[in-house]
Amino acid sequence: MTEIIQKVKNLSIGFKSKKGEEILILRNISTNIKKGETVGIVGESGSGKSTLALAMMGYVKHGLYTIGGECEFNSSNLLKMKNRDLEKIRGRKIAMIPQNAGQALTPNLKIGYQIDEALQLHSDLKEEEREQKISELLNKVRLPSPETIALRYPHELSGGQQQRVAVAMALAGTPDLLLLDEPTTGLDVTTQAHVLELLNFIAKDTGTSMVYVSHDLGAIAQVSDRIIVMYSGEIVLEGPSRDILKKPIHPYTYGLLKSIPKLSLAGLPQSMPGSQPQPGAMHRGCSFFDRCNFSEEKCKNNSPQLEYLKELNTSVRCFNYKSLMNDSQVNQTVNKIKTSLQDKEILNLSEVSISYAKQKLLDQVLNRISDDNPTVKDININIKKGETIALVGESGSGKSTILKSIAGLLRTKGGIIKFDQNRNLSSDLKERDPNDLRIIQLIFQNPDESLNPNHTVEEIIAQPLKLYFGLKGEELKKNIIDLLQKVRLGEFYMSRYPRQLSGGEKQRVAVARAFAAKPDIILCDEVTSALDVSVQAAVLNLLQQLKEDFGTTYIFVSHDLAVVRAISDRVAVLYQGRLCEVGPSKDVYQFPSHPYTEVLLGAVLEPDPDIKPKLVAEDIVEEKPPQKGCSFQGRCSRILGDICKSEVPPWQITNSGNSIRCHIPLKELQKDQIN
Amino acid sequence: MLFLIIKRILLGLITLFIVSLITFVGTEILPGDACTTYLERQAFGEQLEACYRRLGLNVPAYERYVSWAVNAIQGDFGYSLSGEMPIKEVLGPRIKNSLVLASAAIFIGIPIALILGIVTALWRDKLPDVAISTVTIFAMTIPEFISATLLILIIAIWLEWLPGIVIVPTDVSFLELLPNIILPVIAIAMIMTAHMARMVRSSVIQVMASEYVQMAILKGVPYWKMVFKHVLPNALLPAINVVALTIAWLLGGVVVTEVVFNYPGLGRLVIESISNRDLPTVQALAIILASIYVSINLLADLMTLMLNPRLKTLQIRK
Repeated sequence: MTEIIQKVKNLSIGFKSKKGEEILILRNISTNIKKGETVGIVGESGSGKSTLALAMMGYVKHGLYTIGGECEFNSSNLLKMKNRDLEKIRGRKIAMIPQNAGQALTPNLKIGYQIDEALQLHSDLKEEEREQKISELLNKVRLPSPETIALRYPHELSGGQQQRVAVAMALAGTPDLLLLDEPTTGLDVTTQAHVLELLNFIAKDTGTSMVYVSHDLGAIAQVSDRIIVMYSGEIVLEGPSRDILKKPIHPYTYGLLKSIPKLSLAGLPQSMPGSQPQPGAMHRGCSFFDRCNFSEEKCKNNSPQLEYLKELNTSVRCFNYKSLMNDSQVNQTVNKIKTSLQDKEILNLSEVSISYAKQKLLDQVLNRISDDNPTVKDININIKKGETIALVGESGSGKSTILKSIAGLLRTKGGIIKFDQNRNLSSDLKERDPNDLRIIQLIFQNPDESLNPNHTVEEIIAQPLKLYFGLKGEELKKNIIDLLQKVRLGEFYMSRYPRQLSGGEKQRVAVARAFAAKPDIILCDEVTSALDVSVQAAVLNLLQQLKEDFGTTYIFVSHDLAVVRAISDRVAVLYQGRLCEVGPSKDVYQFPSHPYTEVLLGAVLEPDPDIKPKLVAEDIVEEKPPQKGCSFQGRCSRILGDICKSEVPPWQITNSGNSIRCHIPLKELQKDQIN
Repeated sequence: MLFLIIKRILLGLITLFIVSLITFVGTEILPGDACTTYLERQAFGEQLEACYRRLGLNVPAYERYVSWAVNAIQGDFGYSLSGEMPIKEVLGPRIKNSLVLASAAIFIGIPIALILGIVTALWRDKLPDVAISTVTIFAMTIPEFISATLLILIIAIWLEWLPGIVIVPTDVSFLELLPNIILPVIAIAMIMTAHMARMVRSSVIQVMASEYVQMAILKGVPYWKMVFKHVLPNALLPAINVVALTIAWLLGGVVVTEVVFNYPGLGRLVIESISNRDLPTVQALAIILASIYVSINLLADLMTLMLNPRLKTLQIRK
């Protein structure tokens, strides 16, 4: 048996509520981390996974305290240790790679200093040796020109580079155990795939044990040997990663895997009803009881114990796991989407360009925008009624920018936005009449910020009804109730404030508000990114249902390509504010033709250990689109030569109606897909 | 960066120009002028004409503004009414006195404020925090005319340790002035320190809760090293602007305190010249106070720019 590095025994962590009750965040957690293994801890927000990871370093956040149990490292309990002793373990024996490196690096200290600090604390190297070592470390995490990077401040690096610096910093103390708290969340798909690949390499190279905490089963699948699934502060399933991902024997994991949209499968994933109980919510019996499809009478009042199954080397907390052992067809069932596509054009963007450049004084006076290399350029899209078109691309690709301009929130530099074939929509909000405003509604990424915290749900939904239709009194109320029912919320939600709702419920209210205006087009800006996976599936299903009922057109922006695959009819791929490829989803996903589409789709992580991402291009961040030629020239692995650098590539149209903007002849682009 | 500094200085100068215009126009609009006030009932006929000629008030307003501005740049603000002294000479000792008072308050107040702020933040919700916070909130809420009067009552009248009001001549030497300023300094420093300590406290608490501080702890950085390297530089950056405003407020004359203690500083001069309708002096004071505010804020902004790497590079890139 391999050596155990960290032993967590009956750990409970919680806080005192205002009423003085003890509320548990972690409930009786026991697990072991072995030398050299990578353990993935997965769970939705509020499941206690980050608290567990921090406890493994002997760190308990302000306001929380240890109720019982211990975290044993080198046969001493970290949670009882003095700070002075912990300082010798943290960074040296156990190191942390934080979720958001951009915020976890001290802003006023140079990168080199921050790594040097770890070296000073945890190694006996002399100054020149340390300098050498910093370069080595930065090299190891594959940062270009380490000497100059060391002299930079954190904000001068891109997100991916910051994350790499955080990895280098953690490696400085040559720790035995690395804790990673959502290390790739918030990074672009391509960057994420690269960082994960780096982590895998480091795990192999140094033999370090890793604990990888994430909500993203796709990322977990790529790195872990073993997976721990947490729900409501408890471990509900623990076992070898392949078994858990392929044959989950706990209903929660089963439901979770089913609710993740997959790249290989069109259609909407199945959603799980309800949401995770709040910490401290009174419960007897199984905490998953409310949402479980396999529950029985006894689950209601008896809580199941974690049961170790020797033959599977798996622990499971369920009375009924046997019924799942035979039926674990995680990948099969999806709700096929019906397209309600009509042949009528509803929105047409032609030659739209948008510039973020600061206006010169003269231009301000003349009220014009002059910028020869605008952020977004040459956008021509024709959107049909009832269609769901998705704009995809990495951060900085201009997808949200285009959305803002359609909504009238951002002035365009040029081009025409035409509604319903004959109505030109001004790019200036002030020049749009109320009806122009009504026909286009927006749903934002974060319902916490888009819903006024001082308004009740009733007031929030009433606003568009009053504004556009002048409804009053009983009629207004009836309409609000109707809308709430449409988004599957009961009448009693009317008097609630946003803070009294869960994330999914808030987003439903935001959806109801958008539909209240009876719009023709709804712009969805990353509407599911802030939601947990199981809730995301429910919101996607809801959006699809509403679309079928009302015949609305969606313009959907998301960085999550699997979500886009699930919901969209057509996809437009953007790079640096220029279109690369536009076509029906199924063609784009099945035969990604444009080199950038290939890169993007190759990097998507699937919750399946057998599907590895393909890393085609480097994850360089370009600050500005190139002046001339193809927008993707800087990163393209199939670049032809001068023509790509000097001429904007022409549109090529395939038989399936897929338009690709590339200099490489169609035949060759398609030939490569077959290989 | 250099461009930015020049731009800020230019903007400051424009502000001053506008302030000078407004005060000039303001004093023009007011009924009466220096001569009518000075001559009082004899303000007619030959005497008035002579006075106008002497003070140069017989030329059009814009010409007077130009010549006033040209002289003001060279430090010559003309003559004050009372005693017909050059304003320069009236102002000189007053500015010096205000400077003495302000710098004493600053040198005592700012370090104490920083220390109290940091201590309360680091021992948040513990005994030192609770005790100090209670005191600072008290000091903040008691208006200075009350605390000043109480100080006079207790220390000057009951204990007879220090003079209660300043009855030395305006141009007294520094050493003679010293015992006189102790009470005013305490009165001012109390309120100022309390304000700043609260500000520093909340700023430090905010930084202590940040992810990078948590990261530093998890990196194994010893507590005090973490405080000095990771917390304080980031927490004190926003304090610079508050300190600057406080300094400007102090230099501009703490009117109430100066009046209560009969202290011969700029603040009292403002009150005196307004009640005497000494318009040339008011004008001069306005421009001087404005320059103090502008230049100290400019300095503070530049310091923040220098110390905040984020702003620095942003500016260079632009």
